[in-house]
Amino acid sequence: MSNGNDNSVVVEKLVKRFGDFTAVDGISLETRKGEIFGFLGPNGAGKSTTIRMLCGLLKPTAGRAMVAGFDVAREPERVRQNIGYMSQKFSLYNDLRVIENLRLFAGLYSVPLAVTDARIEWALEMASLADRRTAITAELAGGWKQRLALGCAVLHRPPVLFLDEPTSGVDPISRRAFWDLIHHMAEEGVTVFVTTHYMEEAEYCNRLALIYRGRMVALGTPNELKQRHMKGELLFIEAEPLGPALEAVESAPDVLDAAVFGNALHVVVEDAAAMQARLRAYLEARNVRVSAVEPIRPSLEDVFVSLTTGFNGNGKGKAT
Amino acid sequence: MSLHRLIAVARKEVIQILRDPRSLAIVVLMPVILMFLFGYGINLDLKNTPTYIFDRESSPQSRDLIARFRSSSYFHVAREVDNYAELVAAIDAGRAKLGVVIPPDFSAQLRNGGAVSVQALVDATDDNTGNLILGYTESIVRGYSQGVRVDWLQRQGQLRAAPSVSVESRIWYNEDLESQAFIIPGIVAIVMAVVGAFLTSLTIAREWERGSMEQLISTPVSSLEVMLGKLIPYFVIGLFDTAVCTGMAILWFGVPFRGSLVTLFIGSTLFLTVVMSQGFFISVIAKSQLAASQVALISTFLPAFLLSGFLFSIEQMPRPIQVFTHIIPARYYVTLMKAVFLKGTPSSYLHTELAALGVFAFVLVLLATRSFHKRLE
Repeated sequence: MSNGNDNSVVVEKLVKRFGDFTAVDGISLETRKGEIFGFLGPNGAGKSTTIRMLCGLLKPTAGRAMVAGFDVAREPERVRQNIGYMSQKFSLYNDLRVIENLRLFAGLYSVPLAVTDARIEWALEMASLADRRTAITAELAGGWKQRLALGCAVLHRPPVLFLDEPTSGVDPISRRAFWDLIHHMAEEGVTVFVTTHYMEEAEYCNRLALIYRGRMVALGTPNELKQRHMKGELLFIEAEPLGPALEAVESAPDVLDAAVFGNALHVVVEDAAAMQARLRAYLEARNVRVSAVEPIRPSLEDVFVSLTTGFNGNGKGKAT
Repeated sequence: MSLHRLIAVARKEVIQILRDPRSLAIVVLMPVILMFLFGYGINLDLKNTPTYIFDRESSPQSRDLIARFRSSSYFHVAREVDNYAELVAAIDAGRAKLGVVIPPDFSAQLRNGGAVSVQALVDATDDNTGNLILGYTESIVRGYSQGVRVDWLQRQGQLRAAPSVSVESRIWYNEDLESQAFIIPGIVAIVMAVVGAFLTSLTIAREWERGSMEQLISTPVSSLEVMLGKLIPYFVIGLFDTAVCTGMAILWFGVPFRGSLVTLFIGSTLFLTVVMSQGFFISVIAKSQLAASQVALISTFLPAFLLSGFLFSIEQMPRPIQVFTHIIPARYYVTLMKAVFLKGTPSSYLHTELAALGVFAFVLVLLATRSFHKRLE
């Protein structure tokens, strides 16, 4: 196992079983210092379970994981001193003031008293909470709470940061601001390990692992994933009514895959240019009003659907 | 162990307690309310028994006997009736616990030197109370009868003629034979058991319920630091509550305090450690505030109430249960409290109790520390 780099997360064949259920099924990966490493997958894919094992909160059933140079199963306390963790559900103390939560976590992370005040000021500044310092935490809006949680998790300047769905339930503007913070941390050399099920957020990551049913189905930069894992080319079809349109497309010859995206269809074909006119005619012949058929560049969501439908073995899939 | 982290946890607990009016109310009011409830609710003394009297003679002699009932604090002559049926009806309806019937030839028989019987009808639904009523009735009538006999003998010029043997009793520790003095020190013990375990039974379960546990255990804080940081503020509160209960026992209920405050303090410290560790352990296992608090209340109250010797003498229990009481920590604290309050026993006589509490404290602290793991499973 290579762990010469103290800032890295090294995972080897990590397994977690709860009774008969295998939540994490042999995941292996490595992160680099200062990297934003994304864990992308639907709810229940095993993202949180993996992150909890890496934080020493769950004991791995099998496999090994080193975080900041320490084995998570054997030295969980050493691991905890070197990480910051933001759990999926907001879990600071709602009845404490902002400043009281910060002081508490500074104490829990043994931040030296001499620098505690400076660190707290730094965290308040970073999280744009300086003028909310005496607010009761419960009264903060979602975006503020998330930034406070991040502030509490980095008071001890950990080299590795684990963020479990940090922006779920937060408005888009706050989400954007939060990602700016994450980038800022990474620029300072912090390894950020982040889970998400927002595809557009996944684009912000340096590298991504796609997780599905406890397994890692792909690993790479967002661009690599798009290039490597799409089996064909993509057509965007706007048609009405959508249900019959999907059924018709699925029955059409030379269509590899089809899925509903919003109020349109994404259709995977061998040769987009050749199929464009043929599909329009095919659909219109079946009483579907077609307003657009255009080739498009695949998004991560397309990659994900393409990978997981193959994985499923049941052919056609539907993304959420 | 890091003092820094321990203080961080303790300070957070104090802020949370002070900020939540409900937890403040529990801390201050719960012991006071329980003291009043048990202090007045459990009273084995007989006072102001509602009494009906049917005086069939109305002579100066019978009035004299009735006056003795009237002046006794054990009885309250609610009514005098002029027929038997009314008296029976009052007992049936529960308006009277005692009915006294004075015969029509009361004074005549006394004058003649014959034996006179006064009828007493006692409601003995509660046999204990019934026995007490009968005992006090007999003693009033006996007292009257003695006075009458002395008069009679004097008139016959035979005073000092009848020798008699009597018991010269000296009642120790609880001179007024008031059951409250015997019960209240035990009640202080029971209230401390209930309050101590209840307060700490919420600590860990609350963190799980509010979701803050996951963040807390992701930090380097150790389980011992979490436990001590949480228990120390409640321990201070527990000592405060002990002082409140002891103060109420002495100042409000008038129980004498003869022992040493140091013994009381050491005993209470050990006992609080026991019940608070027990509450913490329950909180770790239960993970829900409702379940934890209920288990804490039942597991401290029932043994402390029934098996500590607080009310029911351990010597009179069946042998297996007597043996079982040895593993009830409250047993030792109740013994200690009664001794400290009423007897003023020096602590050198109480080392069995102190040692037993010390062992329980050690075992439960160990159990509580071991039970709490920084894992989500």
